[in-house]
Amino acid sequence: MTEALSAEGLTKRYGRRAALSDCSLAVPAGRVVGLVGPNGAGKSTLLQLACGLLDPTSGRIEVLGERPVSGSPRVGFVAQDTPVYAGLTVAEHLRMGAHVNPSWDAEFAERRIAQTGLDPAQRAGKLSGGQRAQLALTVAAAKQPDLLLLDEPVASLDPLARRTFLRGLMELTADRGTSVVMSSHLVADLERVCDYLIVLVASQVRVAGEVDDLLAGHHRLVGRRRDPAGLGAGIAVVEQSHTEVQSTLIVRSTAPIDDPSWQVDRLDLEDIVLAYMSESAPQWVLEGQR
Amino acid sequence: MIEFHLDARSGVAPYMQLIQQVRHALRLGVLKEGDKLPTVREVVARVAINPNTVSKAYRELEYEGLVTARPGLGTFVTRTLGGDSLAQHEPLRKDLQRWLSEARAAGLDDESIEALFLSAFRSFSEARG
Repeated sequence: MTEALSAEGLTKRYGRRAALSDCSLAVPAGRVVGLVGPNGAGKSTLLQLACGLLDPTSGRIEVLGERPVSGSPRVGFVAQDTPVYAGLTVAEHLRMGAHVNPSWDAEFAERRIAQTGLDPAQRAGKLSGGQRAQLALTVAAAKQPDLLLLDEPVASLDPLARRTFLRGLMELTADRGTSVVMSSHLVADLERVCDYLIVLVASQVRVAGEVDDLLAGHHRLVGRRRDPAGLGAGIAVVEQSHTEVQSTLIVRSTAPIDDPSWQVDRLDLEDIVLAYMSESAPQWVLEGQR
Repeated sequence: MIEFHLDARSGVAPYMQLIQQVRHALRLGVLKEGDKLPTVREVVARVAINPNTVSKAYRELEYEGLVTARPGLGTFVTRTLGGDSLAQHEPLRKDLQRWLSEARAAGLDDESIEALFLSAFRSFSEARG
């Protein structure tokens, strides 16, 4: 199957500052991908490269097997702060969408607006944050893209509006098998809705993979103090901290940890993301020294 | 029909949580042979969960022989769980109580007992794969 998103050595510079450096990714189609990382890590840059709004400085990016082209009917993009036209009504947004997009599914758009309880005569400027997000998602989805790119779609929403938005998004992917890449800080949300995760830190991909594999492959080890170098093959230390008597490690391991002198705990996705984002991660120290 | 929920803080993968909830409902007799599970679409619309996760859980349950998917109709329970093992609970509970009083007599407090049980349970489960 064609990959939804693939990149090799992808680099984007603004002057001397690298927003993305040497990123390689291979995201299968049909996934809902969570893109996480601290502010300024390059999440928005990656999404804008993927929808063709930006061109890479070097390296390669492909979306659905093609070079990204701005305005492609196969890709729907909702930028940060869910932009809508404040002066236009909900119905006018749909009419404009139909006019601009040959693949527009008017019946879907109207049904979805009715379902979400939006008043077609309402001006977009008068909508709540949650309603604006629903309108922007409807407009992006009604052109029937194969890939939806969403930049922080739920950041400004209250918990109820967030959950409603995510339900709608999951219904869409269930109905059409649309691939989704969405950036968010709300890892608990991503753990529900995403089956693939990319962690970007300091303009680089720190880890990417299936959520189930990430959950099954990461552990917290707690035991008496020792050098983590002796852990053995197949176990990579993501984060470590030591007191005089105790060592606490976050490790990635393909095999079960059978050393009985470690207490082995499960981690949730947030723990894993935080471990990769944390400054004591060994690779991160190296990156910081450049 | 049962409803699913997700515990975000459990550290258990979402698809596994769904499987556990079905098994639990089967064990308690909430779900019986012939009962229909909610469709993938119904689950995602209610729980806000990835549809692939729901499909994965259903496939796993089918592989275990607990449910069967009938194309165009839905996913149906094919057998119940725990009907015979329920009768075994009482003698096993008595054994556990005996063991607990021995542990207490040996000077273990609640936390030590819990830690000992969990570590023994974990190595037992891992040994059996």
